Amino acid sequence: MRAYPLTYKKLTPVSTTASKRKRSGFISRAALPYVLSLPALLVCIGILIPFFTAVFYSLQRYRLSQPWAREMNWGENYLNFLTDPGFWATLEVSLLYAVLTVGLELLLGLAIALLLQRRSRVNNFVSIMLLMPLMTAPALAALMFKLMTNQGFGILSYLLALVGVDDFRWGSSPDTALFTVVLVDIWVYTPFIMILLLAGLRSLPTQPFEAAALDGVPRIQQFFRITLPMLTPYILTAALFRLLESIQQFDIIYAMTQGGPGDTLTVFQVEAYLNFFQSTNVGRSAALLMILWAITFFISNIFIKNWLRLRERARGEA
Amino acid sequence: MQHVSLIERLLRGVALILVVVFFMFPIVWIVLMSFQTNETILRVPPSFIFEPTISNYKALITGKLETSAASLEINFLRNLGNSVLLSVGSVALALLLGVPAAYAFARHKFKGSEDIAFTLLSFRFAPPLLVLLPLSLYFQKIGLADTYIGLIWVYQLICLPLILWIVRGYFEDISPDIENAYRIAGHSWFSTFRKIALPLAGPGIAAAGLLAFIFAWNNFIFALVLASADKQPVTVGALAFVTASGIQYGQIAAAIVLSIAPTLALALYAQRYLVEGLSLGAVKG
Repeated sequence: MRAYPLTYKKLTPVSTTASKRKRSGFISRAALPYVLSLPALLVCIGILIPFFTAVFYSLQRYRLSQPWAREMNWGENYLNFLTDPGFWATLEVSLLYAVLTVGLELLLGLAIALLLQRRSRVNNFVSIMLLMPLMTAPALAALMFKLMTNQGFGILSYLLALVGVDDFRWGSSPDTALFTVVLVDIWVYTPFIMILLLAGLRSLPTQPFEAAALDGVPRIQQFFRITLPMLTPYILTAALFRLLESIQQFDIIYAMTQGGPGDTLTVFQVEAYLNFFQSTNVGRSAALLMILWAITFFISNIFIKNWLRLRERARGEA
Repeated sequence: MQHVSLIERLLRGVALILVVVFFMFPIVWIVLMSFQTNETILRVPPSFIFEPTISNYKALITGKLETSAASLEINFLRNLGNSVLLSVGSVALALLLGVPAAYAFARHKFKGSEDIAFTLLSFRFAPPLLVLLPLSLYFQKIGLADTYIGLIWVYQLICLPLILWIVRGYFEDISPDIENAYRIAGHSWFSTFRKIALPLAGPGIAAAGLLAFIFAWNNFIFALVLASADKQPVTVGALAFVTASGIQYGQIAAAIVLSIAPTLALALYAQRYLVEGLSLGAVKG
């Protein structure tokens, strides 16, 4: 109670001059939020400029090796894609990679989350262990798998040979390269989905499950009728977020095969990188990235809506 | 609790072991490899039991790598130093810029605040090369090419949105009443921010900073495009290791171990913080 008269004394002058409130320093109250967010904005605007430059490049015939031939060709880079088998290969392998990784990671992540749902010492320990792959840089994870799949001494090649598969050439054969990078992606990112779904599972209300158990509903039906529907918002958020990252995957593929062997793994960003630095075709590279950007923009809008709804709900329950 | 049969418990146990083996084996194997000489690595069948050697780590630290042909100088410690400098620098800058902005977005619903916040967030989702490739040409023009400052600036692409959105969520969860009471007591806006808001959001800021550090450390593409050999962090440096001919496999493994050790240690130390950040703030932990 002693504090009351103290604050009261100071309160009086402020409240009487509320209209022309004392300024905090020299910044007026209305401008304050802008001033606070301005530095962050400025830094980002510096990064936004290259974005518009990329739009501009994508409308040009522009090769670094032939600067004299640089000119606007408007939509030609995009039009060329229609008849360019290389572009369709890029689109196909990017989508395939994204769908395969996200699909498999969802299944595996959900299974592991269900396995770890009960809080126990062992389960907690396992879920901490599963953080490790997620904390490993994807590029370095690819290198780890590169060492493990080496034909000469790789442990995975050796294990396959033990069960009779002798000529599995992992990243160096066009037939198995996609499998190999998808495997690395699954190793790194399944724990992400697992963490999100585990948190979702543990936040579900228990009453429906107790009621179902009382009524003698089989567990398998409980899963499909109660758990899965209630978990759907979490699954959707995790899937969209991963889809967004997976369709842009660069690190794992570049570190593992540089887009090879041949052009089997030229996903969007790898192809754009190679176009820019190897064939120095800036125009095509920028147009490729613009198309990728359009895809991610579309997905990210759906994702953000979902995510905000989920966050609101988590707030409401907290 | 439902009755759990013995068979089910057994199956669960087997499944758990498989999960742990799948996710931990690569790390364990690389660590084992880093303590082996080329001789033991190349032995068939691969051996779990061998005489450990620290020669790989020694070679990395002295920077003199003995290859079959000659002695090669690769300064891996420099890569490690670059990683530390770039990650710490970017996170520090992102906190400095991001925390006040996050506070503004959380406390003041000013005109266009949602739009600005979303614009900043959308950076997180745009293809990084879209910005990096034109930027690499610009950087050459304005002299930021291959400088730490240029790199730290670009790293804001990942650090800033992360900090902004996580910390903003934290500020929003704290009732503004305490701050208002302190303001009414006659304290300036700045001291309210410093003495009340910042300490209350402390755990959130720590979590966001930690996560941003890990993402910065693990980043590969920025430095691959923008940095030359002596500015490259470990992620890019280790790749050069693999492609350089004649380097011993144990040394590559040791380089990978040294590169992933910091983030793994951080994860173990602060896993509680991480889980909430990683689950996108969708769950309160």
